[in-house]
Amino acid sequence: MNHPSLVTLERDSAPRVLFSGDRLVEVDLPAGTRVIYPKPPMVALRDPDAAIRYAINHPLGSDPLYAKLRPGMRVAIAIDDISVPLPPMKRPDVRERILTIVLEMLADHGVSDIEIIVATGIHRRMKANEIRHCVGDKIFDAYWPDRLYNHDAEDKDNMVEIGTTAHGEVLELNRRAAESDLLIYVNLNFVPMNGGMKSVAVGLCSYKSLRPHHNPTSIRKSDSYMDPGGSQLARDIERMGKLAHQHLNIFTIEATVNNQMFDKSLDFLMKNEDELSGREKTMLKGLVMATARLPQPARQAIFDRFPAPYGLTSVYAGATAEVHPRIIEKNFEQYCVPIEGQADVLVTGIPFISPYNVHAFLNPLLVQVLAQGYLFNMYRGAPLVKKGGTLIITHPCTDKFDHEQHAPYIDFVHRLLPETRDANVLREKYEEKFAQDPALIQMFRSGHAYHPAHPFFMWYWGENGRQHIGRVIVVGADNEYIPKLLGYETSPNMEDALYKAKNGQNKTLDITCLHVPPIVMGDVTLPASGSGAA
Amino acid sequence: MDPTTHQALAACYFDVDGTLVSSNLVHPTLYYLMNQGTPLQSALKLGRALLDSPRLMIAEMVDRRTFNEMLFSSYAGTSEDRMMLLAQEAFDNVMRPSLYPGARSLVEKSRAAGHDVVLVSGALECVLERLADYFGGAEVIGNRLEMKAGIATGKLLKPVVAGPEKARLIREHAARKGYDLGDCFAFSDSYSDVPMLSVVGHPAAVNPDKRLSWLAKAYGWPSFDLSRAA
Repeated sequence: MNHPSLVTLERDSAPRVLFSGDRLVEVDLPAGTRVIYPKPPMVALRDPDAAIRYAINHPLGSDPLYAKLRPGMRVAIAIDDISVPLPPMKRPDVRERILTIVLEMLADHGVSDIEIIVATGIHRRMKANEIRHCVGDKIFDAYWPDRLYNHDAEDKDNMVEIGTTAHGEVLELNRRAAESDLLIYVNLNFVPMNGGMKSVAVGLCSYKSLRPHHNPTSIRKSDSYMDPGGSQLARDIERMGKLAHQHLNIFTIEATVNNQMFDKSLDFLMKNEDELSGREKTMLKGLVMATARLPQPARQAIFDRFPAPYGLTSVYAGATAEVHPRIIEKNFEQYCVPIEGQADVLVTGIPFISPYNVHAFLNPLLVQVLAQGYLFNMYRGAPLVKKGGTLIITHPCTDKFDHEQHAPYIDFVHRLLPETRDANVLREKYEEKFAQDPALIQMFRSGHAYHPAHPFFMWYWGENGRQHIGRVIVVGADNEYIPKLLGYETSPNMEDALYKAKNGQNKTLDITCLHVPPIVMGDVTLPASGSGAA
Repeated sequence: MDPTTHQALAACYFDVDGTLVSSNLVHPTLYYLMNQGTPLQSALKLGRALLDSPRLMIAEMVDRRTFNEMLFSSYAGTSEDRMMLLAQEAFDNVMRPSLYPGARSLVEKSRAAGHDVVLVSGALECVLERLADYFGGAEVIGNRLEMKAGIATGKLLKPVVAGPEKARLIREHAARKGYDLGDCFAFSDSYSDVPMLSVVGHPAAVNPDKRLSWLAKAYGWPSFDLSRAA
């Protein structure tokens, strides 16, 4: 019997409504298609502040936070950046809640030498208003900008080499974080690839320390990178993380939220289309029509208007190695839907947002990140689609970039991809050269652009999907050029895409549809015979 | 990477006025006019410059090269020794205080990437050389005053560095050094420098004026503001 979040379509089932960027489109999928819906949101903790206090006073594998404090000590607090959660959550953000309690405790224990660092890694710097949203007015007004600031991975004077792993990987970290008596890391574990050893080793490091694991080889060997147990990326990062933990005194606080991405007025978007009330059906139709007709900024405004009302579902504190597995279990509890067997065809909508385009347009490279990267990797056990199978996505693939945030992406897509899509060639021939581009580095350091190495990592992010999937067909592209650059085929509609996926074979295709957002993962088990295994 | 031993593979060409410093060609000249031997001489020079200012304004709108030639005619009659002294003073009092907060780090990043740093500006070479020293070494392509018997005639030696001529000088420089222009960078704030930006593979708009900002957006050139410190 299917899990309640796994729906098998029948002949008279309603069309499914999928995201196609910031539009919603209706698609007809054949009877027998299995649609994986997000699980209902887990019940949020009734008293989040009490839960946070309990966690830091009853930590795992560590003394309580108060026992680590002494008057006059230097403390650095690192927080995750705007890439989590998506979209940004309603205030108060989880980070504000945790910081408020931690800062109170530090003050009570005579600790005043405190700096709060937004652990951006090589992501773009967060803007002042975004940081205010994240940490709240009180903390922002008290700490910004001298004691609350973005990590700068290119500020050589403020980076320090921690050591080298047995594999020869050099770990370079933010000096203030490394040289403080205590580093408190406040993490919001939005997806299972977040947090743990990655927090410090990636969030506070330099480009040099990302290269050893942010590469095509690590990604190709990751099965999947949303499942830390099967992720080579996680294993590679863990080596660096352990080195950080050997040298630094780190107290980790990790939290999870449920998947209540949409406000009440839009929460029908995560429901089975056959089970909507009359009012919800009307609203869904209205939204499909409106997004088809409205200009792009207006469409974006619809989804930006309501910050996500995510609720805190768990918080643990203490030693990272003990905290993180519990947090991952909570992620899986919220996201994993059991499904038996793999599909010939995986269908999914590509939404308007990714971790790398908050308050910006989802450009073509990020479409690829979502398709062959994040969404392909939303599995545990085995990929949702068979090796050599077809991925069908709905997205316009518009040739549009945010000129500031994604300045380095433009050259990558328009200058490098026409030359090669081979991730290894791109890494060997261009990555380091790009990473030193003085103009793009300046945009990264003084503006709000991603680091020039970031588009490369984004391409590698799709690497295991690229190796596994036979073909990608995009439905609804507004141009032919971008899909071709990404290595995709195009179809005007779903019927045509499914016909192409059949490839002239006279057989019924096994089709699975991943109904996102919010996030959902397939917990895939293979038939005992092993037929069709990945 | 040690910049002293590294063989540069490409160059970064920087416009100066408005790009690395907030001052422009007029500021050092004004400094010169106001610092004559006596207050009377200063008043006379300034008065003459004021009378010339409408012509200068028209020249600025029509042709950068004519503007440069007219502006530097103020130096007529100045001795070479005095020019050197004035260059140092103009750099200390006008140019250095006007450096954008992010300028030094941009130049350092360029050098760290293994590129030769070249300042290409309509300013006088003797002033630019001080800026090059301040940056820890850079090549300079700037304007030079004609000297006769150690006295400035007020004319500029050819080629006059301005507008499209900058592009030609960059091409020539790259060819002489064996650089592939496709690997070179250029930075400028002004639409008048589009020719210079267009000859390299990596152009960037720095503190761009409106027209350059639009152009940069259209062509996907990096664009940033050096008035914000990194």
